[in-house]
Formats: sequence, structure tokens, C-alpha cells
Amino acid sequence: MNTSATPHLLNLDSISVSFDGFKALNELSLAIAEGEMRAIIGPNGAGKTTMMDVITGKTRPDTGTAYFKDRHDLTGLSESQIANLGVGRKFQKPTVFDCHTVFNNLLLALKDRRDVISRLFAKPTLEKQQRISDILETIHLKDFGQVMASELSHGQKQWLEIGMLLAQDPALLLVDEPVAGMTDAETAQTAQLLRKINETRTVVVVEHDMTFVRDLDVRVTVLHEGSVLAEGSLDHVSSDERVIEVYLGR
Amino acid sequence: MIIRRLSGISWGLVSGVYVALLLSCILVPLCNLAVPEDSIFHLSTYTVTLIGKYLCYALLALALDLVWGYCGILSLGHGAFFALGGYAMGMYLMRMIGPRGVYGDPILPDFMVFLNWTELPWYWQGFDIFPFAMLMVMFVPGLLAFAFGLFAFRARVTGVYLSIITQAMTFALLLAFFRNELGLGGNNGLTDFKEILGFDIQSDGTRVGLFVATAVALAACLAICRAIVNSQAGKVLLAVRDAESRTRFLGYSAENYKLFVWVVSACMAGVAGALYVPQVGIINPSEFSPANSIEAVIWVAVGGRGTLVGPIIGAIVVNGFKTWFTGALPEIWLFALGALFILVTLFLPHGIVGTVRSWLPSRTSQSDRATGPSDTHNDTHNVDETKPASGTGL
Repeated sequence: MNTSATPHLLNLDSISVSFDGFKALNELSLAIAEGEMRAIIGPNGAGKTTMMDVITGKTRPDTGTAYFKDRHDLTGLSESQIANLGVGRKFQKPTVFDCHTVFNNLLLALKDRRDVISRLFAKPTLEKQQRISDILETIHLKDFGQVMASELSHGQKQWLEIGMLLAQDPALLLVDEPVAGMTDAETAQTAQLLRKINETRTVVVVEHDMTFVRDLDVRVTVLHEGSVLAEGSLDHVSSDERVIEVYLGR
Repeated sequence: MIIRRLSGISWGLVSGVYVALLLSCILVPLCNLAVPEDSIFHLSTYTVTLIGKYLCYALLALALDLVWGYCGILSLGHGAFFALGGYAMGMYLMRMIGPRGVYGDPILPDFMVFLNWTELPWYWQGFDIFPFAMLMVMFVPGLLAFAFGLFAFRARVTGVYLSIITQAMTFALLLAFFRNELGLGGNNGLTDFKEILGFDIQSDGTRVGLFVATAVALAACLAICRAIVNSQAGKVLLAVRDAESRTRFLGYSAENYKLFVWVVSACMAGVAGALYVPQVGIINPSEFSPANSIEAVIWVAVGGRGTLVGPIIGAIVVNGFKTWFTGALPEIWLFALGALFILVTLFLPHGIVGTVRSWLPSRTSQSDRATGPSDTHNDTHNVDETKPASGTGL
């Protein structure tokens, strides 16, 4: 489908996953180009979250391969190995570390060596503190560095989580329903934030909110029953009869 | 809210514990050795040993809190590491008996002569060398913890399932150590010790020396635990405790962090056991009994989980209570212990230290960069009020 000349950052090839006989993903093939922003939409149970789980190593597929940078087959790696290769994931429900301050949440996420020994002796150097205050500015939480993450509002937690992804400095960012539960103003800001992030990184967004997807103005992939139903601009896919049937016919 | 307050350690309490340990290192020898026996300030050797025993329990509780309070691993088998350290020390003390045993064999401990063994088993070699024995005190529990943790954490066994396996581990060791064939004294264990490093193990001076060694070990382990908890690795540990899978997606291999504290904790428990054995004069398989490990969990809960100093206080308070209670009303001690656990769970869910801290308008620093809880609270209120403004401003 995607035959552009740009190299693929992520290449899923006929991935199938079944849970107790239910096919969550059915021969799913999907390619994401370097530097692209892609929106993934689809009705409930279409396999969006399972696809994210496969890419990040949470779920092992029954068949198929998932190549990252054409070199690493993600289907054989652990969550932490995949994260260290440069795949960051934002969850649907914001999961920040409530027992830590916003600053320390970002410090934990900051790209650095992840082994026990270097963490034991690591110091938050001035350079790291500078990186963190830059990120705090980007995610609109400049004055919240010393606030406990548990005390943030829902929308602020979503931003903190995006900030943690930025701190990880991933090549590929997977974002699961970033605007769920956000106010309109927050939603617009989030779209702006994602576009900014996309200037330097590849982004895959899973989203239900059509206004938000329209705001992003990117290539859209529609999933249905575990495989790709349609792909193209939002206008293109929303005029596709099968897509209309899937969305309205149920 | 309380949990996060607990995660920051109040320097006041910690320094209080250090000062108390330092004072006891000066006063206990003084009151036992220098003050005449008829003075009211005289401390009997029995009391010195009793407090020394409490400090060993406190070290075990501290080790347990490192894994339970900071990494969420509820071990119901920490008594096994304690007992293994104790056995390693016991083996050294047995070798030091030399020809003074009942059977007078210069090499073989009495129980081996009794079993008609003719030579020392291979694993008893080297235990006559003190530094080697001390190495084993940490190495044996550490090795068991490493092997156990490697499989359990890799297989991602967590929560109550992990607790059950730790309990099974200590129970299996209990049964194994009861066997005479193991060559560690069967159900009688190792006892009848004569000397340690050339000093008579019964003498007042040695008893005081062991007490001081225990206090120093406890202070050192508290310092190590604090260093771990306050490092960036400690922040990862809390992250693993509260949101393990999220931590993995950040690129940390949670199992390695768990394995690290698990092994450190087991080594500390081993040291506690090794200091315990020369003071009580015996080590036998009953130290592996699951009930012992569960009691240690109660000390931590009573003192305050996730506070490091809490478990030290909890172990001393509960055991002091136990000493008094088993003297006064021995039959109902277990009921009293059970009642204590229920009452603490109901009324002091954060233990003694956690509760005291929530009463005090403490100046606890919540993190290395926080100015204080009151400031943070003000910030938060401002945040809530100004949030719409900050939203529209962007």
C-alpha cells in the first residue's frame, strides 16, 4: 500500500494475535515511514490497542514480524529492550508515577543508561536539569516541577506522560487516545503539541475523537476486525463505503 | 498522600536512630562493665544480650522493609536468609570448639562423631577461617536469593503468589535442615559454642563486644539502605512498586532492579542471623519456621512500612512487648500478637512512624529538591485555581 520512497521506520507484516480463539489481529500489515504522523482509527475491538501491545512487546503475536528500522524484529524482544531501541508509548489511561514529583517523573524517563549500577550512582547533572526544564516548558508544566504527580489534573497527567515520552527521546512515539477526557482547550493544545513533536519524530496516534483526528490533518489508517480496512486522508477514508458501513452499520 | 509522605525520609527520625545506636554503643558497655553490680545503673549481661537480640531482629526488619516497603515484594520467607546467615556463623563457632567437645575430636563436631562420620564434609571446609565464614554469612543467603529471584522475577511472579513461594522456600529449608544427612546437626542444630575470635563466648566482655558489633552493623545497613533508596535507582524501585509495567515501557528491566534489592536484602538478613547466633548460643531448624518470617512482617507493619527507621522501631517495640508478655501471660502471647497486627492494620495503617509523622507538622523533605510539604500544598492550591487561566493562555 505504502510505496513511498522514504525508508520505513516500522514495518508490521501479517501479524496475527488470538486470545482464546478470538482473533484480535488478523494478518495485519502496516508500514510507517520515517518522520510520518499516522492516525489509527477504528471501532471498539478493531485491534488498535493489541497492535500497540505487539509493537511494544507486551503481547507476543502468533505469527508475523514487526521490523523496526528494518533491523530489529520487535516480536522477539522484551518491553524494556524495545523501549531502549527508541519506541515510546503513551497509554490510554495516564500512568505517571504518583509517588514522585513531576521533576522526578521526567528524570526517570530521561534518556540515560538504564542498568541498576549506573542508576545507583547517577546524579541529576545541570545538563539533565536543563533538559527537564525545557520539557516542562514544552508540556505546559513549567511551574509544576516539585508538585507530586498525584496532585495533577487529568489533562496535566496526560501532558506529563507525553513529557516523559519526550524525555525518553524515542524515534517512534505511540500515543493511545491522548485526548480522552480532555477539555476542548486541552484537546487543541494536545494536537499542537503532537504536531510539534512530529517535527523531529515519527508519531502513531490511536484516537476515537474525529475532530481531533481532523485537527491533526494526517494520513489515517482504519482498522476493522484486526486488519486494515482503508488508508488515506481522513476525507478519503470517510467517503469509503466500507468504512461508513463499519462505523454506522453497527 | 500518606504514602508519598512516607517515601521521603525524615532526617530527624533517622538521625535519632543513629544517635540512639551511638549512645547505646557507649552506655551499654559502660553500664555493664564499669558500673558496679549493686548500682541501679548496672545493666546485667542478660539484658545486654536481650537488647542485642532485638537489634538483630531490627536488622532483619530493615532488610525486609527494603524489599517490601520500597519494591513491593512482600517476602514471607526472610527468616530463611536470616537462618542461613546464622548457620554460616554457627559452623564457624562449631569449628572453634576444637577438641573441647564432649567426644574430644579435634576436627569433627560432636554430632558428626555421634553419627559415626569419619571426616568433615566438603562444605564444612574453610569455616575455621573467620573471614571466610563471614563471607559465607552474606554469600550463602545472597546466592539463594539470587537463584530464587532470577527465576521468580523473570517469570514475573508477583504479589500474593510470590509471597506464597517465599513461604514455601523457607518451609522447604526447614524440612531439609531437620535431616541429619545434611550434616548441619539435624533438629538439634548447632550449639555448645565456646569461643569467637579467641574470646570466651560467655564472658561479659564478649557479650558487650557482640552487642556493639550488632549496633554498628545495624547503623551501617541503615546507611546503605538510605543510600539505595535516595539514589536514582531508589526512584526506579518506587516506580516498579507502584507501576511495574509502566517502568518496563520506560526501558527499565524491572526484574534486574528487584533482583538487586532482593539480594542486598538477603545479605543483610544473613548478617542479622550471624550476629544473632553467638548471642543466643544456638541455631537450629526452627529458625526457618514460616511463623518467624511472618513475625518479621508484623514488626515492619507495626513500625511503618517504607520508612526504614519504622521497622527498626517496630522490631524493638514488638519484641520488648513479647519479652514482657511471654513472661507475664505466656499462653496467650500468640493471640496478643494477632490482636496487635489487627489493631495496627485498623488504626495505624502506616505504622508507628507513619502515624507520628502525620501528626507532626513535620518539616520532612519529600524529595531531594522539594522545599517542604507546606510549600507544595500551597503550590497545588494555586495550581487548581489558576488552571483555567493557564489553559487559555496557550
